[in-house]
Amino acid sequence: MDKFTSHTGVGAPLRRSNVDTDQIIPAVYLKRVTRTGFEDGLFAAWRNDPEFVLNQPAYEHATVLVAGPDFGTGSSREHAVWALQNYGFKVIISPRFGDIFRGNSGKAGLLAAQVDEKVVAALWAYLEANPGAQISVDLESRTVSAGEGVDRIEDSFTIDDYTRWRLLEGLDDIGITLGHADDIAAYEAKRPSFKPATL
Amino acid sequence: MGKTLAEKIWDDHVVRSAPGEPDLLFIDLHLLHEVTSPQAFDGLRLSGRTVRRPDLTLATEDHNIPTTDLDKPIADPVSRLQVETLRGNCAEFGVRLHPMGDIEQGIVHVVGPQLGLTQPGMTIVCGDSHTSTHGAFGSIAFGIGTSEVEHVLATQSLSQAKPKMMAVDVVGELPPGSTAKDLILALITQETTGGGQGYIVEYRGEAIRALTMEERMTICNMSIEWGAKAGLIAPDQTTFDYLEGRPHAPQGAEWDAAVAYWKGLVTDEDAHFDKVVTIDASQVTPWVTWGTNPGQGVALSGLVPNPDDFDDADEREAAANALRYMGLEAGTPMRDITVDTVFVGSCTNGRISDLRRAADLIKGKKVADGTRMLVVPGSVRVRLQAEEEGLDVVFKEAGAEWRGAGCSMCLGMNPDQLTPGERSASTSNRNFEGRQGKGGRTHLVSPDVAVATAVTGHLASPAEL
Ligand code: SF4
Repeated sequence: MDKFTSHTGVGAPLRRSNVDTDQIIPAVYLKRVTRTGFEDGLFAAWRNDPEFVLNQPAYEHATVLVAGPDFGTGSSREHAVWALQNYGFKVIISPRFGDIFRGNSGKAGLLAAQVDEKVVAALWAYLEANPGAQISVDLESRTVSAGEGVDRIEDSFTIDDYTRWRLLEGLDDIGITLGHADDIAAYEAKRPSFKPATL
Repeated sequence: MGKTLAEKIWDDHVVRSAPGEPDLLFIDLHLLHEVTSPQAFDGLRLSGRTVRRPDLTLATEDHNIPTTDLDKPIADPVSRLQVETLRGNCAEFGVRLHPMGDIEQGIVHVVGPQLGLTQPGMTIVCGDSHTSTHGAFGSIAFGIGTSEVEHVLATQSLSQAKPKMMAVDVVGELPPGSTAKDLILALITQETTGGGQGYIVEYRGEAIRALTMEERMTICNMSIEWGAKAGLIAPDQTTFDYLEGRPHAPQGAEWDAAVAYWKGLVTDEDAHFDKVVTIDASQVTPWVTWGTNPGQGVALSGLVPNPDDFDDADEREAAANALRYMGLEAGTPMRDITVDTVFVGSCTNGRISDLRRAADLIKGKKVADGTRMLVVPGSVRVRLQAEEEGLDVVFKEAGAEWRGAGCSMCLGMNPDQLTPGERSASTSNRNFEGRQGKGGRTHLVSPDVAVATAVTGHLASPAEL
């Protein structure tokens, strides 16, 4: 995984709450057996609508998505994270994320930055007034910022310490755990024999 | 201070804990299916890793499986490739697989309990959010993403921050005619889709104790629909009776040792919950969703709500969006909504007891003209059991379609999909936009309401039959 320290890119305002993973990528697009190529399924139902934010030229190359609360609820499909990444997103900002989605993002290297609802409202207003404007996200200092002068928005975001550390270091979770193989073996040695086995 | 049930199970599975780091938990059972596993196996191959514990791993084919023409190869080439990839991966890494055509094939959350692999006091994961189903046995069971699937394959463990603890106290008794499905739908409406976020939830109270194992699975299945990390129910005699004699249940002295352990799996009297919510089961009547998330529900006897009735601005907008998508007018009696398709099945309500209930209600009646009804058993075993009891004949005589086992129209990855604008009453768990097919409109219901709806052609309760 690549290290993630900070990112600056075009922000896209997604004025929707409760964007579940079926909206992010419908099931019919989940049939690939690779981690790539899912961008065509991203928000598939909405992409036909010319008014949809990502269909507007100003937001075409957006890399930071600003969404309403409860983004990524529902299905466990990590394809939702891949679809966002395949499309070009590096950061998702929302007041609240679905648990599994947030976990998946951390593993796949997509930054899920949780902010106060007021920050989302301010960013939406700013991005709509200045289509194509950029947002900066700094994982080191856990801050999100946009605009200048009186328009300046700057606030903190939350992310758990462990995920932040892993993203900053670009560490592979499995590698870390395999470093504790002895602990796993010790646990296995004392597991009760009545626990079921599949083979 | 005492511990909650979930804390006991959690603590029993900690492989390693260190300050500032999530706990490393041992995973007792890892379930796999074709959709969320191919990239995980690929990852293993790329890094030259193996599956650490194939003996604690089980795979089935469910999401893509057609429910008709079962003797032919899967027609959709992309679905076929995904299923074949799973077969190849399981063969290469030595994982037990129940493929199409196998007697143990079925929806992963139906198969685990049916085989007796799901037992109390376990940690169970699967690349599927409805893994919470297995919590019905008093286990910590939750859905994971594909990176985590790879992690569990490689290490049989998972690093997890300990969630907060919540108790759901279900007081009172469910009235006759109300089911476990109505109870969980009413609870999600009460608590909203984000209400369980960050918690492991323990469902308890007399009404919960009175439920059968399959009803408890219906409850725990939908834990994720209100955002909970997992949902569980303390094991009791009902649990032990269900498990005894199943293929993977312990036997002899092992059974006794297991039961002794399981009996300790209760929340201590002085345990602390971070949150407690209460729902009065005696007030739960047949429940149905009107919107596009499972929290947008109302009593079947009620009306389509007016978005202006919601105080919260986000909820108001979500309600307006939902009504637009669902093609509904505020103020319409739910009972006046006509339905094109009725789907009975899924890991929520596709078990034998669900099919028995549905068959019992539809016996001697007919599916309304202009309505189609699909009955899709949750597993091949469920299908065979139903056929042995003649339930298939009851459904077919009523004019319903009797299908092969799988996820089917719960998510429409196979050909069982709604067409744009088509309206369904579905016993599944998600009414998201497009969930059952692009542009499809879903009302979540219990099997009882599904049957009454099929017979009358509009959303209806069994009391109307
Ligand atoms: S039946 Fe539906 S909810 Fe259950 S595993 Fe299959 S697709 Fe998921």
